[in-house]
Amino acid sequence: MSLTVDEVRHIANLARLQLTPEEEHRYAQQLSSILESAARLREVDTTQIPPTATVLPLRAPLRPDVPRPCLPREKILSNAPETEAGMFRVPPVLE
Amino acid sequence: MTALTDLSLLEAASALRKGDVSSVELTETCLERIDALEPQLHAFLAQTPDLAISQAKVADQRLQKWRKKPEEPLPLTHGIPVAIKDVLCLEGVPTTCGSRILEDFRPPYSATSVARLIDTGAVVLGKTNTDEFAMGSSTENSAYGTTHNPWDLDRVPGGSSGGSAAAVAARMCFAALGTDTGGSVRQPASFCGITGLKTSYGRISRYGLIAYGSSLDTVGALTRSAADLLPIFTAMAGHDPLDSTCMPDPVPEIHLDGSNLRGIRIGVPKEYFIEGIQDEVEAAVRSAVTVFEALGAEIQEVSLPHTDLALPVYYLIAPAEASANLARYDAVRFGPRLKSDRLWDQYLKTRGELFGPEVKRRIMLGTYALSAGYYDAYYGQAQKVRTLIKDDFETVFEDVDLIACPVAPTTAFRIGEHGDDPLAMYLEDIFTLPANLAGVPGMAFPVGFDLHDLPVGMQLNAPHLGETALFRAVHAYQTQTDWHLRKPDI
Repeated sequence: MSLTVDEVRHIANLARLQLTPEEEHRYAQQLSSILESAARLREVDTTQIPPTATVLPLRAPLRPDVPRPCLPREKILSNAPETEAGMFRVPPVLE
Repeated sequence: MTALTDLSLLEAASALRKGDVSSVELTETCLERIDALEPQLHAFLAQTPDLAISQAKVADQRLQKWRKKPEEPLPLTHGIPVAIKDVLCLEGVPTTCGSRILEDFRPPYSATSVARLIDTGAVVLGKTNTDEFAMGSSTENSAYGTTHNPWDLDRVPGGSSGGSAAAVAARMCFAALGTDTGGSVRQPASFCGITGLKTSYGRISRYGLIAYGSSLDTVGALTRSAADLLPIFTAMAGHDPLDSTCMPDPVPEIHLDGSNLRGIRIGVPKEYFIEGIQDEVEAAVRSAVTVFEALGAEIQEVSLPHTDLALPVYYLIAPAEASANLARYDAVRFGPRLKSDRLWDQYLKTRGELFGPEVKRRIMLGTYALSAGYYDAYYGQAQKVRTLIKDDFETVFEDVDLIACPVAPTTAFRIGEHGDDPLAMYLEDIFTLPANLAGVPGMAFPVGFDLHDLPVGMQLNAPHLGETALFRAVHAYQTQTDWHLRKPDI
């Protein structure tokens, strides 16, 4: 399994990562060799095997749905790079 | 006289109770040692001396009252200086995960594990270095520089909890919290000659642990012995309504009284003694197994036939989960922002520049493994093979109580040794990944030294929620050996 630079560009875009051309080439090569080493997984017969999404033996219990105080707004906003009028400020999404 | 920092956690707790030493004195001694050694080791990303002294003063006041009513319960961690891996949130204190994308982030709340430890009266000295988002086996992936191994400054301390391991081994603190997603507590414990516990998945709340691989992440701790680990584990373990994957089972009351392991069956998996394992590692582990036998344990060879598939399974599942978890770093709610006129460009630029190379590699690997057309072949198949690995453990645990095996194929490697070869670094984890995929607990502890005087570690694994057996067995071993008492000459 080998990834082309175009495929790496596509994946990086899906993951919202801007890469330099040098990074695109390096990752194409490195991701290809990692995927190659994973190829032997396909040889394992798993037709009768269910997937494991969690190791927990039982479904975890739900806590009672009781309202409780949440963190104050200023605390939540305190780490934001930009705020305005008690909200997160972002560049325009629609032009 | 023994230096205060050479006391074990339990000895320090006893000295605090008797009034032979105050928490402020212990804390100041640790802070002085951190000041003296930090230029060589770089174990910390943030130090919190003011917080530590104020916590120690409160602890001393409580101790004074307690001495008038010594029948009242007082946790053994009360007044004890500890360090916290920088992936666990501590309210108001910089928490970076070793990443520039969380530079200056101050969490608005504390992790349950951290809050519970502080509630017992523990004193926090600072936040320890880690591979970025706990992705790595050496701390070389930290955006803020590599931690050095106190046994040999040219070598890595292991990772990702390498800052915690170096700090405990160098006697900068009595205990440190770590996290283990693929070996990140056990491997650095092994490289630094100390004792480290990876808890069962679901034993300790993950609330406030900044997520990497959510089905694999566990909170653990590093100390100099199993006996010292116990009060830290007891302080943190148990159900938390804020983490729905944290098990409701009661936390066992563990008593470490005795060194008799009669009736305990220990399995040694043949798949863990492979080509490429350092001779001295194999010899030290095999020799430790004979100590367990002398303590009364029954030793038998067992087989975990899917062991060699753990590496590719882990390196698809963990990156897949990471790619989803790390989507939250969008430069909107926290973290630095590399400004752009369009939101889309701002995402690309901020994430592209502020995530390090290994994190980007894993995000892309995970994104690919989850993407349309490849999901079944990669992520889906990895989840199915994960079932086979988990079943291996369940089958073996029908016949034995514990599994004994190496932690890593080698002792601590040199800084820069793996260069830019991700696969070589991933191989460091081959013996630790299976326990995470199966969700079972493991404890790493020192069992010898190699020709370069570097510590060799081994691990025991137990069935899910079987921490009691780990504590008893490792403690019994440590009553008969003194590897855990050796300290680096630093």
